[in-house]
Amino acid sequence: MNHAQAATQFIKDEARTDWHDKALWFVRYKRDIQTKKVPEWEQLRELASQIKANVLSELDSYLIQFEENALKNGVHVHWAKDAHEHNDIILNILKAKGVRKMVKSKSMLTEECHLNPYLIQNGIDVIDTDLGERIIQLRDETPSHIVLPAIHLKKEDVGETFYKYLGSEKGASDPKYLTEVARGHLREQFLTADAALTGVNFAVAETGGFVVCTNEGNADLGAHLAPIHIASMGMEKLIPRQSDLGVFLRLLARNATGQPITTYSSHFLKPNNGQEMHIVIVDNGRSEQLGREDFRKSLYCIRCGACMNTCPVYRRSGGHSYSYTVPGPIGSILSPGIDLKKHSSMPFASTLCGSCTDVCPVKIDIHHQLYKWRQIIAKEGDFPLSKKIMMKVMGFMLSHPKFYRFAGKMARTALPIMPRFMLYNNLNAWGKEREIPQAPKQSFREWYLKNRE
Amino acid sequence: MSSKSYILERVKQNKPMLSVLPVVPMFERKDDVSLISLFKENLEFVGGRLIELNSKEELNGQISEIYPDLKIIASTLNVEAANLDLNSIIDPHALKGIDLTIIQGDFGVAENGAIWIPANTISHRVLPFITQHLVIILDKTQLVCNMHQAYQKLDIHKADGFGVFLSGPSKTADIEQSLVIGAHGSRSLVVFLV
Repeated sequence: MNHAQAATQFIKDEARTDWHDKALWFVRYKRDIQTKKVPEWEQLRELASQIKANVLSELDSYLIQFEENALKNGVHVHWAKDAHEHNDIILNILKAKGVRKMVKSKSMLTEECHLNPYLIQNGIDVIDTDLGERIIQLRDETPSHIVLPAIHLKKEDVGETFYKYLGSEKGASDPKYLTEVARGHLREQFLTADAALTGVNFAVAETGGFVVCTNEGNADLGAHLAPIHIASMGMEKLIPRQSDLGVFLRLLARNATGQPITTYSSHFLKPNNGQEMHIVIVDNGRSEQLGREDFRKSLYCIRCGACMNTCPVYRRSGGHSYSYTVPGPIGSILSPGIDLKKHSSMPFASTLCGSCTDVCPVKIDIHHQLYKWRQIIAKEGDFPLSKKIMMKVMGFMLSHPKFYRFAGKMARTALPIMPRFMLYNNLNAWGKEREIPQAPKQSFREWYLKNRE
Repeated sequence: MSSKSYILERVKQNKPMLSVLPVVPMFERKDDVSLISLFKENLEFVGGRLIELNSKEELNGQISEIYPDLKIIASTLNVEAANLDLNSIIDPHALKGIDLTIIQGDFGVAENGAIWIPANTISHRVLPFITQHLVIILDKTQLVCNMHQAYQKLDIHKADGFGVFLSGPSKTADIEQSLVIGAHGSRSLVVFLV
């Protein structure tokens, strides 16, 4: 199913679509309030962008430096070239220690690698502990947003899920009550887990440490209680200096949810006494993306999700309409590099309005990249036939002014007198769900020639 | 070839031309805003509460007034109400029943209400997370304006391997974007500024 088809399903429930749209726009609004409180906001974006540019240009040496320092800190470092190797490394760590239950905080990388099903198949009980992640895990769904994984659900849906799996009261849907139920359930999991997995928001080359940001405290409850802490890290998460965290922590939460900082910004450097700490550095297509000049800036991303909250298409089509783990504008420039055919409709799920680029905290030129992917997809020929023909016709018409003027005249004459069935049918996507605008009597050119020449 | 050499080789081949690492300024504020009032404003915004004390002696009275019913109280400081000996606990799982924890914060950050808590000051890393309620004592001279100054001030190598910027009680908005205070970590946070 392509994006447009999936979005058609999503918008069938009009009230829910409206709610989704407004809820995300409110997050954007809260972001704006916080960002305006920082006078140097634009300078911070520029600095963040420059730091990330430097990281990519020296990524190999930063990776080596990071590993050296992490090893000195007593941390085990693993390298995974793809998702399969990442999953295997983790399974082996868990198996070696006889782990049966692992708690996990939010990590888009493990979603990308499909770690959960792999571990579960191999007999490990994996419990997602971020509230939103736990909700969708119980429902056997995937996150529809990278920061707000359950934003596609209403509280009644969550109430039903908790009633079914966690024994909450039937029909209860008060968020406070439901959160309390989850708190009780997940405390039990934290206290009985043999291992904890977290993501990595930032890894610092000069110290070998890494930072994990959460609001719920779930990453810390997992990591400090379990005897094994595994951190999965995309290799682009590196930053050179600890002081660079000053830039990124000022940007991340303000831009993501409109908070001045996340509740917990946890700095892990060494394992706890008697604990094992592992870091898995993952490539999985990133080194290839690094080689694509037009698209390598997508690796600057710090996963704040602001491009989704602001995107008029994302807000009205929902994260599940996108074929890749990371939805929305940023997902649409990451995914074609991973599987061009599978994700060929994603770069088209945009109006190219540029709002994503405007809110990006690290200044990724998202809408330019969307446009560039479109050109590649068009060249590769992965277009539906009707679009292919239309593009040819339009291309011819727009490069032949006389024909263009003739066609315009024809349309202005024909549109008002054409019977409805000829205009509003499957061939004309512009006539779906809306009325075609009334054709003007004269073209702009005609008006100009008459009035200005 | 190992995955490490494979990855590093590919990165070397594919990376762009050298881009210079920028110098990050301290962004000192030019206005004479009070750090205490800015800290208070942000702490309250993130769901915490600030109480200014004239002296440390007032602490015991405040604790028994605000938390008359809490049973198990742990502290790394000399607090009358504390009734759990943290030094006797080896396995952090044994901290699960704590109702209230009182700890010292290293310093606070005015722009976001965050307080730096290095592991060497809290006896167990999980302590400020596993407790039901949290109290942090902060020296009012130990406030910095922003995160750049915060990183200039902190020494991660003295933190005993872990440290956290903690800003407010734990929270979530994962159910319909409704803010709920008290997700998995502490349900409340009171900061006493002395």
